[in-house]
Amino acid sequence: MTISRRNFLKIAGLTGGALVAGGGKPAHAQQTSEGGIEFNGMLIDTTKCIGCRACEEACNEANHLPKPEVSFETESVFDQVRDTTPDAFTVVNRFPNEKDPDKPIFVRKQCMHCNQPACASACLTRAMEKTKEAAVIYHKDRCMGCRYCMVACPFDIPKFEYNSPTPFVWKCIFCNERQMRGEQPACSEACPQGATLFGKKRDLLEIARARIYTEPDKYVHKIYGEHEVGGTGWLYLYGAPAEKLGLKTNLETTPYPELTSGFLYGVPLVFVLWPSLLIGLNYLIKDEKETSHGEQD
Amino acid sequence: MANKIDAAVAPAAGSPTVWQVARDTFRFILKELKPKGKMLTPFNVITGAIILVGLVLIAIRFAYGLGSVTNLSQNYPWGIWIGFDVVTGVAFAGGAYVLSFVVHILKVKKYEPIVRVTVLNGFLAYVFYAGALLLDLGRPWNVINPIIGNSFGLSSVLFLVAWHFMLYMITEFLEFSPAVAEWLHWPKARRILEGLTTGAVIFGITLSTLHQSGLGALFLLAPTKIHPLWYSHNIPVMFFISSIFAGLSMVMIESTFTHRVFKNRIGHELHEGHGAILLGLAKGAVGALFAYIFVKMIDFVHYKLWTQIASPMGYWYLFELVGFVVLPIALFLTAIRRRSVKLVQFTAFLTAVGVILNRLNVSVIAFKWYETVRYFPSWMEIWVTLAIISMELWVFRWVINRMPVFGTEPAAVEAAAETAEDMEVVRWKASVL
Repeated sequence: MTISRRNFLKIAGLTGGALVAGGGKPAHAQQTSEGGIEFNGMLIDTTKCIGCRACEEACNEANHLPKPEVSFETESVFDQVRDTTPDAFTVVNRFPNEKDPDKPIFVRKQCMHCNQPACASACLTRAMEKTKEAAVIYHKDRCMGCRYCMVACPFDIPKFEYNSPTPFVWKCIFCNERQMRGEQPACSEACPQGATLFGKKRDLLEIARARIYTEPDKYVHKIYGEHEVGGTGWLYLYGAPAEKLGLKTNLETTPYPELTSGFLYGVPLVFVLWPSLLIGLNYLIKDEKETSHGEQD
Repeated sequence: MANKIDAAVAPAAGSPTVWQVARDTFRFILKELKPKGKMLTPFNVITGAIILVGLVLIAIRFAYGLGSVTNLSQNYPWGIWIGFDVVTGVAFAGGAYVLSFVVHILKVKKYEPIVRVTVLNGFLAYVFYAGALLLDLGRPWNVINPIIGNSFGLSSVLFLVAWHFMLYMITEFLEFSPAVAEWLHWPKARRILEGLTTGAVIFGITLSTLHQSGLGALFLLAPTKIHPLWYSHNIPVMFFISSIFAGLSMVMIESTFTHRVFKNRIGHELHEGHGAILLGLAKGAVGALFAYIFVKMIDFVHYKLWTQIASPMGYWYLFELVGFVVLPIALFLTAIRRRSVKLVQFTAFLTAVGVILNRLNVSVIAFKWYETVRYFPSWMEIWVTLAIISMELWVFRWVINRMPVFGTEPAAVEAAAETAEDMEVVRWKASVL
């Protein structure tokens, strides 16, 4: 009895809190999570990638996804730029190399695992969640399929099962379970070139800077993901202009949760101010009407 | 009817039990559920067919997934079921909180005759258009998740909007409930419910402020996807202000039509004051339109929008702003000066079209304007939307023909049991679209 009442009060309190508080405080950590844990990350060096698609195959197996119609050895898939799908959480695309036409550039695409993810701040059921270690994971039992995460994601990563009566939203989850077991993600383990490198994000940034420093002509002097949307867990090094490699270059450095936090902070204000002002106004007018009525009589 | 009146009178004498009252009420409701008037009218046939096919489409959607009836894609996760049904429909329901404020807080007697029908309209709009959201959710049975508390997404604007939709529906129902109590001949309940009205109104205005602006705040998370002419940090403010004139213009349109369609249901007060009411509402709308254009001007300067104007999207933006904000301001002002009710009605219509245009621009048309393959709704998406509007009109008509919505006495309600002229309803429906 007492427990159930306490539970009731807890829920009631949370409800009230939700209405009044409106927004959770976004984390401001760059390289670490709120608990001070160093974020894991991934460094994609597109100059090392040979387009073997071993990462795609490893991802397919690790996530128990349906086998694609064309095998992972088929090169014709590169004829068009592909997007991730509910059945393919990572894809490798081929882009022409203007410096050396014989050596096309291969660029992976998958979830960037933002430090402060737009999808997680958009999700009203916390189905998308940022773990302390870096992965943005998906709790499918919570999801109501509203697809606001897809609207919000600056990289257009979450993919919805439009042809299922019980659809889910799918994306790369940074092999979170493997990480919990102390293993590295399937794709980086499978990469024969070291083009996908797993590690602590802080270390990866050092490595990336060192590579640019030692081979200044090979790389564009920028680490994609270091500052975009407040920093992402996955970082890219590249030798050609980013916009020619399918990387979005119109992103600001503001973390996405900050775009709505101003509005959400206003919510408790309105909740406190509106009723008091309206009640006051109501009394004021009622009073005035009664007085003038009395004088007429 | 005799036993019904007994039930209403008798509690004072103390003889019938709760059980008897419940039984009589149940019988009364069963009787009222039967349609009044002719069944096979053009309006009923057309909307009936739309609803039937719509239900089939909804069944297909739940059997085979959203992709089977909609043109939604990985690139365009939100279509007209969100952009029109929810984002636009809720704006048009804004009349309820605006008029409640004017009548119950500011105590302006003039608008009292139309406040009930407006609240009814608002309530039904939330039930049907926000209800249409359930069709769009991939896993609608999980819609209770953020409510029952197993997963609170506190940093989500959508969480706020979802909660507010639910609370506001309850609030609107409370505001309308005295009419239901009158219909059921429950004078005691009516008195109690009427005592709750002011509280409900105050809560309702607070909720409306937040979720009308919250609908706009949803799009704050898409800064790179919405064309710069429509993306702004002020979207929430603009959505709130536009809900005022959207709501008011819908009240004007709706009252124009109900005035003709439900002639026999409308009391003396409303008949005589109708023109003055419309002119008054026009003044309110023009104030909100001015506020809106001022915010647009702030944005124009702040975001240096003139750099964007010389482009197809720029002309489209000017078309929206000049044709459906500036022109309505001019027309409303002219109509108010000449006291022309006809011009007010036309301008209300123009304003409403402008609101539809703006909401669709933000949520669908200017959303990912850069893609080569654009979203265009399938006929089935449009059909289901029409079916939802038809259902709402049926329920609206059912309520109007039974409950004292237009400020008439309960006795007069029973005398006038004729139904509406159906073609007028069809025309009204066409205008709503």
